[in-house]
This record gives sequence, C-alpha cells and structure tokens, in this order.
Amino acid sequence: MKNKLTGLVWTALLALVYAAVRFLEGRGVLLPYHVQILSLCCINIILVVSLNLINGFTGQFSIGHAGFFAIGAYLSAYLTVKLQVPFLAAVLCGALLAGVSGVAVGLPALRLRGDYLAIATLGFGEIIRVIILNTDAVGGARGFSGIPKYTTFGLAYLIAIITVVAIHNFVSSDFGRACLAVREDEIAAESLGVNSTYFKVLAFALGASFAGAAGALFSHYLQYMAPTASQIGFLKSIDILIMLVLGGLGSLTGSVIAAIVLTILPEFLRGFAEYRMVIYPLLLIAVMIYRPAGLMAGRELSLSSLLALGKGARTHGQHS
Amino acid sequence: MASTAELMVNNLCVQFGGLKAVDEVSFALKPQTLAGLIGPNGAGKTTIFNALTGLCPVSSGEISFNNQRLTNQPAHTIARYGIARTFQNIRLFKNLTVLDNLRIAYHKNRRYSLLCGLFHSPAFQREEAQITESAKEALALVGLADKADLLAGCLPYGEQRRVEIARALMLSPKLLLLDEPAAGMNPQETQDLLELIRELRDNLKITILLIEHDMKLVMNLCEKLFVLDYGHLIATGDPKSIQTDRRVVEAYLGGSLN
Repeated sequence: MKNKLTGLVWTALLALVYAAVRFLEGRGVLLPYHVQILSLCCINIILVVSLNLINGFTGQFSIGHAGFFAIGAYLSAYLTVKLQVPFLAAVLCGALLAGVSGVAVGLPALRLRGDYLAIATLGFGEIIRVIILNTDAVGGARGFSGIPKYTTFGLAYLIAIITVVAIHNFVSSDFGRACLAVREDEIAAESLGVNSTYFKVLAFALGASFAGAAGALFSHYLQYMAPTASQIGFLKSIDILIMLVLGGLGSLTGSVIAAIVLTILPEFLRGFAEYRMVIYPLLLIAVMIYRPAGLMAGRELSLSSLLALGKGARTHGQHS
Repeated sequence: MASTAELMVNNLCVQFGGLKAVDEVSFALKPQTLAGLIGPNGAGKTTIFNALTGLCPVSSGEISFNNQRLTNQPAHTIARYGIARTFQNIRLFKNLTVLDNLRIAYHKNRRYSLLCGLFHSPAFQREEAQITESAKEALALVGLADKADLLAGCLPYGEQRRVEIARALMLSPKLLLLDEPAAGMNPQETQDLLELIRELRDNLKITILLIEHDMKLVMNLCEKLFVLDYGHLIATGDPKSIQTDRRVVEAYLGGSLN
C-alpha cells in the first residue's frame, strides 16, 4: 500500500518535471542549449547508474564504461544511417551488443580483482576506441557525421527513468542481494550458494547494455561521434567514474544527483574561462575531503526521508 | 553401506605445495549426529571444512554426501546439496543489515525470474514477503529477532556468531559445519550456545559437525569425536573413550604418560 503511494508520488513528480521543462521550452525560457544540457544530464544519469551496478553494488572496479557507451553509440548510428533501421530498434541493438561484449569482457576479466581488473577494463575501453578509429564504415578518424537527430529530451528522460527503476528493482531483488554478497565477501557468498562469477558477469552485462543504450541516445543527439579519448575513450570513462564516486558508490540517488550536478556545473563555470579547470577539480577535492564516501555515502534519498527532513526543519523552526 | 551414512570421507588428502595439511583422512557421519572435530592448532581441522565445502581443492580422496559426489565441486554447488557452514573468523556481510544477511542465503530457493525481479511483479512481491518471513523465523531461532534491522557489523561478537549460524540455517541444510562457534565467547554465552546447538539438532533434525577448542563444550555436547593431529586422523569415538585415548593425550600434552 505504502509502496503504491510512493510510486504514485514519484510518477507525479517526474511527470511534473517533464511538463515543466516542455512548458518553459515552449515559452522560450529554456533555450535549445538548456534542453541539450538537460538531455545530456539524462544520458549521464544512465551511464552513472549503470556503472554503479558494476562498481558500487557488485564491487567490481571497472573503468572501461566508455567502451560499452561507444559500442552502443556507433552500432546504433551505423544501423540508422547506413541500414535505415528504425531508431528504437537501433537503440535496442546497441544495448544488446554492448551487453554481449560485457559478457565477453567479463568472463575473462572478472578473474581479476581490484587494480588489475581496473587496468584490464581500461584496456578494453581503449581497444574499442582503436577499433572504431580504424573502421572506415563508421568514419574512422574523421568521426561519424550525418547521424539523424532522433533523440529528444523526452526520450532520454524516459530511458533514464527506466534505467534507474530497473537497476533499483534489480538491486532490491534476490539477484541484487547476490551481487551485494559478492561485493561484501566472495567466499561467504559462495558458501551460501551464490555463483559469484555468474553474478559478476550478470552485473557487467546489465550495466554494459544500459551504457550501450546511453551511447545510442548520445550519438543521435549530438549527430556526430568523434573517436577521441574525451568522447568515447578513457577520459569519458573517468568522467563517469568521477560522477559515480562523487555521488557515492552504492547509492542510486547519489548517482543521479552527481550526474546532474557534474553535467551542469562545467556549463556554469564557462564564464570563468581559464579558471574552469581549476575550480572544477577543487570542488571535487573538497567533496572528497568532507564527504569521502560520496555525497550520499551509500544511502538513498527517499520521499519519507525528505518528509522527515522537512518536518525536522519545521519543528526546529518552531523551537527557535 | 554407503546409504546409511550421510557424509562419507575416504582417504582425503589436501596438499599445499610440499605440505600435507590433511593426510589420508577417512570418516563417516550418520544422519542427525552431533559430532566434533578436535585437535591441536594446525592439525588441519579448518582445511577439512574447506575441502568439504569446496573452498579448497582436494588433492586426492573422495567426499560424498547422500551418495552425491562432492569432491572438487564449486562451493556454490555444494551449498545447494544442503551443506552450510560458519567461519572461524566470522564472515558476515558487515555493511548489510542482519535481515539482508539472512535473505541472501535464501538465494538457492528463489523461484522468480530475472524479469520478475526487474519489474517487481506480483510473484516477486509474494516470494519476497515469504523470504523476509523465513529470515525472521531463522533469526528468532537464534534469539535475535529484535536485531533484524541493525547492520551486521555493529553487533557484538557473540551475536555475530549467532547471526552467522542463522544465516547458515537459511540454506535449510542437512549438514551444518560450525568452525569454532564458541571462540571468543564468555562462559555464559558458551553455555547458551551449547543449548542452541543441541536445540537445532533436535528440532531441525540436522547433522552437525563442529570444530571447537573449548573442551568442556565439546565433551558435553558431542556424541562422536574425531581427533586430528598433523593432518592425520588419530582417534575416533565417543567423548569418554577419547579422553582416555593414549594418542590423543600425547597429541595434546606431548610425550608419553608412563
């Protein structure tokens, strides 16, 4: 009963946000530039939340997330441009191939732990980038241009919501608990009947396919893909990782908040031109000093905790 | 022959490089026995547990459980055959709640599919409610019903041990292996534990094999004892006969008693 109610409230809130964006866009308050930033926020939410499943909930430190993102971006673009496949089908194909490559990478790589796994996944990301760089069919080093603009804010928003809900549901099911068990203590998990390899690969595949979907949305939004480190290479992976760590490993709401903040923040800092790349890292360092476990530190922001906070503030107000 | 004994261990050897941690050990456990595995430090007791539960490779020999071959099967498969264990250095999921620790152990009985999990379908809701229910029952069994929502790592040592036992019980095991369940407990806690273990065996009709250094507990509780020394099984029998066994006394006190 209570679950249904919070579900309804969330649905209403999310619908309200969408309506507000469309309304302000119509009134000319939000320029196309703003809507683009909001769409990028949604795409980044998908990326961070899906990486959280791998790094935060299953405890497998991967920094090759941009590789899966690139697979989704390029495959879907190739399908829509060269083969005239409907966009949604192309998104699904991108997600699927990213998921399959998640399994292909996961099976051998997940024998490794910690730093070693991180390096192996970093290598995987670079392999994908180099393959794309040398594939003429997707533009090679020139980049892939002429991709139709199929992604709208509404679609990115919807898929971001689906991602968060799906991963939230996964984590709070038996499958997610098995992943948590693997993160906490692999030996104990095994002795309780949890096939740790299976769940590592499952988390990897699931995370990768959402990243693939994010890639498909991205390429059909910007209409151009460049095989550079910052767009599909390790810099992109690091970007996603920073958002994840800043929001807090193992917190979905943390991931969402950090993805939004860190997508918008650099835009605000544009005014400071050359100081931008000084202020941004300083902010990160400050957060890591004062909240070393991330903004949300493994906790979740829920409606009831928000309400409790509001009540606390109110009673506090009455006292003073 | 084999069908009367639940657990059969035949000529088990576990070798780490040049060290034979377990050397030609054979024993059998009948259903619903409460047995103890004792021996000086480094005798190979925990290694036997690890071999039984698939956590360390068996060099040679055979292990079977209800005529099911266990030798060198992966740990998660062995758990499915109904063998559960606790660890000497408690291995709870410390950052998760006590309830979640137990719910994880329901894993092998889960019926709903991944899709049901992703959509939180009615089948999922029903089964999750049932999982929580059985986790709470298992907690009540070890007397920790009121600690369900605390983080496992925050509990005092003795209670963590009990949670670990409850978690093992969530597997609805036929054989329960307890690795030093009384380690670090005070006399009162040890006494409570003794009663708990006896109750578990009597009420749940399971076989229990435990490793323990607290001889008072072992002698009071166990019906059958296996004594290990330097990887060899040196004596088998009831507590009375073990106490007077010459080789056991030698292993514990050194030298002969002449």
